[in-house]
Amino acid sequence: MKVRVLVSFKESVLDPQGQTVKNALHSLGYNFVKDVRQGKVFEIEVDDLPREQLKVKIPEMADKVLANPIIEKFEWEILD
Amino acid sequence: MIDKKILEEHNLTEEEYQRIVELIGREPNLTELGIFSLMWSEHCSYKSSKIHLKKLPTTGPHVIQGPGENAGVVDLGDDLAAVFKIESHNHPSFIEPYQGAATGVGGILRDIFTMGARPIALLDSLRFGPLDQAGNRVIMEGVVSGISGYGNSIGVPTVGGEVYFHPCYSLNPLVNVFCLGLTHRDKIFYARAGQPGNPVLYVGAKTGRDGIHGATMASAEFDENLEKKRPNVQVGDPFKEKLLLEACLEAMEKGLIIGIQDMGAAGLTCSTTEMAAKSGTGIEINLDLVPQREEGMTPYEIMLSESQERMLLVTTEEQVHQVQAIFAKWDLDAVVIGRVIEGGHLKVWFKGELVVDVPVEAVVNLCPVYQRPWQEPKERRTQILTGLPSLPADLNQVFRQVLASPTIADKEWVFRQYDHMVQINTVFLPGADAAVLRIKGTPRAIAITLDGNSSYCYFNPREGGKIAVAEACRNLACVGARPLGVTNCLNFGNPEKPEIMWEFKEVVEGMAEACRSFDLPITGGNVSFYNETEGKPIYPTPVVGVVGLINDLQKAIHPGFKNQGDLIYLLGPLSEDLGASLYLREILGEEKGPTPTLDLETEKKIQEFCLEAIDKGLLHSAHDVSEGGMAVSLAESCFHSHQLLGVKIFLPPDHRPDIFLFNEGQSRLIVSLSPEKEAAFLRLGEAKQVPLIRLGEVAGHEIKIIQEDKTLIHLPVKEAYQLWKTALSDFFKIKT
Amino acid sequence: MKFGVVIFPGSNCDYDTYWVLKEVFNQETVFLWHKDHSLQGIDCVVLPGGFSYGDYLRSGAIARFSPLMQEVREFAARGGLVLGICNGFQVLLELGLLPGAMLRNKNLKFLCQFVHLKISNARTPFTNQGREGQVLRIPIAHYDGNFYAPPETMEEIKKNNQIVLQYSTPAGNVTPEANVNGSLENIAGLINKQGNVLGMMPHPERASEAVLGSEDGQIIFQSIISWLS
Repeated sequence: MKVRVLVSFKESVLDPQGQTVKNALHSLGYNFVKDVRQGKVFEIEVDDLPREQLKVKIPEMADKVLANPIIEKFEWEILD
Repeated sequence: MIDKKILEEHNLTEEEYQRIVELIGREPNLTELGIFSLMWSEHCSYKSSKIHLKKLPTTGPHVIQGPGENAGVVDLGDDLAAVFKIESHNHPSFIEPYQGAATGVGGILRDIFTMGARPIALLDSLRFGPLDQAGNRVIMEGVVSGISGYGNSIGVPTVGGEVYFHPCYSLNPLVNVFCLGLTHRDKIFYARAGQPGNPVLYVGAKTGRDGIHGATMASAEFDENLEKKRPNVQVGDPFKEKLLLEACLEAMEKGLIIGIQDMGAAGLTCSTTEMAAKSGTGIEINLDLVPQREEGMTPYEIMLSESQERMLLVTTEEQVHQVQAIFAKWDLDAVVIGRVIEGGHLKVWFKGELVVDVPVEAVVNLCPVYQRPWQEPKERRTQILTGLPSLPADLNQVFRQVLASPTIADKEWVFRQYDHMVQINTVFLPGADAAVLRIKGTPRAIAITLDGNSSYCYFNPREGGKIAVAEACRNLACVGARPLGVTNCLNFGNPEKPEIMWEFKEVVEGMAEACRSFDLPITGGNVSFYNETEGKPIYPTPVVGVVGLINDLQKAIHPGFKNQGDLIYLLGPLSEDLGASLYLREILGEEKGPTPTLDLETEKKIQEFCLEAIDKGLLHSAHDVSEGGMAVSLAESCFHSHQLLGVKIFLPPDHRPDIFLFNEGQSRLIVSLSPEKEAAFLRLGEAKQVPLIRLGEVAGHEIKIIQEDKTLIHLPVKEAYQLWKTALSDFFKIKT
Repeated sequence: MKFGVVIFPGSNCDYDTYWVLKEVFNQETVFLWHKDHSLQGIDCVVLPGGFSYGDYLRSGAIARFSPLMQEVREFAARGGLVLGICNGFQVLLELGLLPGAMLRNKNLKFLCQFVHLKISNARTPFTNQGREGQVLRIPIAHYDGNFYAPPETMEEIKKNNQIVLQYSTPAGNVTPEANVNGSLENIAGLINKQGNVLGMMPHPERASEAVLGSEDGQIIFQSIISWLS
């Protein structure tokens, strides 16, 4: 099965990449865009573990490796 | 079976196909056809350029290895050798600027460490279309980040190079990447297979479908189907390359490698056949053993893949385990995929079947060689300045415009994205006439420069070819280095067009003449044809990389002025040649010839004088006069001084000032010296019979240029510096 | 006195640092391989610049899991001197030996250039040969050097006088214009609370020989040597 983890900057941290993308979109006329936050996506293939186990393991992995909790937050979901 | 359409897709002609059939005695299968198409592509075979490249001198007292290997090698003395080469990655960089440029860096690095040398310097020659077009900015931004992303990660400094802008590069940017490595004379490695029975190892990254047909792509013009070609571009992994570099050098250091070849353009095909051909043996591999990144790859795809960061190496049976242990230490696979065999054939097995069986000699060395027709385009001769445009009223304003021309402007926006200091050898920061790198533990230094002016080559390719070599040597002379060897990257349009072939032939002959005159060998390089988009070729653009040696680094000098009151001299002849100059093209709006002429005897005298004056400690600074003329050289020497020193210059009365200041006549330098040294300086000039013209002195913090009683240019250095410094970066300002 | 320079697979300033310690300062210096478990009895460990594991995840993120880093953690806890330069600083942040994190430079570009640094704390093992307020000219070369820490952490940092080096003007003024990469408080060098672990983005090993244009970086190494002797 596949798990998707989405890592992005915390709201309190400035995201210059996202800002730059926003400006580029504005300059192309997409003025309805209000804000852009850029992040990283990890698509992870895992063994078919019970959901309860994943609920422990995935956040643990994300906290320890995939995200830096000082600046980043994460969300995750099971894809199939 | 193989039909016209398939041949077309492989860029092979009917005649070439017939020759393949004759050489192997039967019809090839698709994989074999793919192998021939790669190795017989212009990129790998040099079939259109070979007969002309033979005219270049390739031997000399310092040459350890000339053309024909992954890179050239020259002797640096004390058992040390410099391994260097330049290569183009134009087509991939147009399709995907970041990855195209990055993998260009990766490829040239492998060419160098394959020879057993640790890469110590990268330089790039880049050419783009005008930056007021967003598309060109996107390409440039991508190319620069690609070079930065790859070179910085792997820890090889990018110490210099050049960046030019001209409309002819709008849809055809040039990315020429140079690398130099350092090794010991007795630790140079070649692409050899050695004895039959030797195991063949595959090391590095896994093979995927990337880059299939990259080498044939580099040999075809672009059309509007660009989108479709995108998957051809390879993706680079600098971290993997760093591991590969360390592992290869360690295995070489321990004497465990017999032969080694990079799997760059043309991948497994090129490395297997070339190694075997060079040793007069055959080679047999089993594709099932090749590490693969994707599932279901066919023999065709595996043989033609251009996945990056891979090497093929040959060792002995007894040493296989030691080699594998070293690669394991660096977390890399080293898999025996085959053996060297007798009989001169490449035999490829796949799932128990023999899928390729072709003579390597035919693949590597028997590609037809073309004497393509050439013809001088007559209209070129008429594109010549007749009658002078009127003198602009405000030269101060003209000067400001010239300084802000992107070709002239400071390239700091580019260079500060490159790590130019890692390995702690960089003595002069980018921007000097030549990059200078100390050789640790010796008093000596290596100097490197890249040069080439395509406008000169467009109006007179022969003279342009000569000038490229002469100017590069002149740049070396400015820092006090004597040239040892040359590598060249020849960027041209479609060689099947007679006028392009003429340009090529003329440039090569001009370079050959200059090289012979300087007694300077070409030790290798690269030809990039088909730089055309929608039938529009680039200007002929030869880029030469010259490597020189400074015997005593203490004596090396920099283009920046040193002290107030120092005298400023023009070293070399006066000139009225306005043709092909940046001033004529960009300010007066006339793109016209003729190209300035170059007298090789004068040039040599000037350089010899400069080198001797530096050696005798007579000079405080020296700077070449090139694009933008004397005015720009003077300004740059101010900008490179520590406290933004100014100048006071007096023009001789009987000269038209704009021509005097902005013409690009050859064989000239701007030098500065302390007044106490003037007598000795003039004596040396007399002895060497070189023209020396006193222009003025280093004074204050303003650029002041005076003719008779008229002040023509008057600009605070700080203001001029600001214009020059920000002109390029202003195109790339981020809005936040 | 013995120095150890750590080699991660993607380190690229390891030889430079080694060269300066060994050839410029004549100190006994050894390389420490990231997969090893021993620090070989060194007195000071240097984490050099580079791209430790390719830095594809975050700069320095994977390096902290290497076996040798567990040794370094214990060595630091015992009060041993640890200097992280550039990528080494990033690794120390990821290891948690220093507070905060690195963001991409504010202009989103790699930056390689000489900068001016004000010594803001000269009472450390790494800066004791300098004066407070003294300005050093040392190059930087990084993509992710924009220091960030949450407000509470910043308060701690300031309270404990942990800011050692700050990007400044040539005259030593800590201004927004001098802040090349956007770091909070212009932070270029940061020490831990205990005062034995320093992370700095600028490369002192690139400014320790006159031929390279500056010798200001020597102060860092001289300070360590004098502290240890």
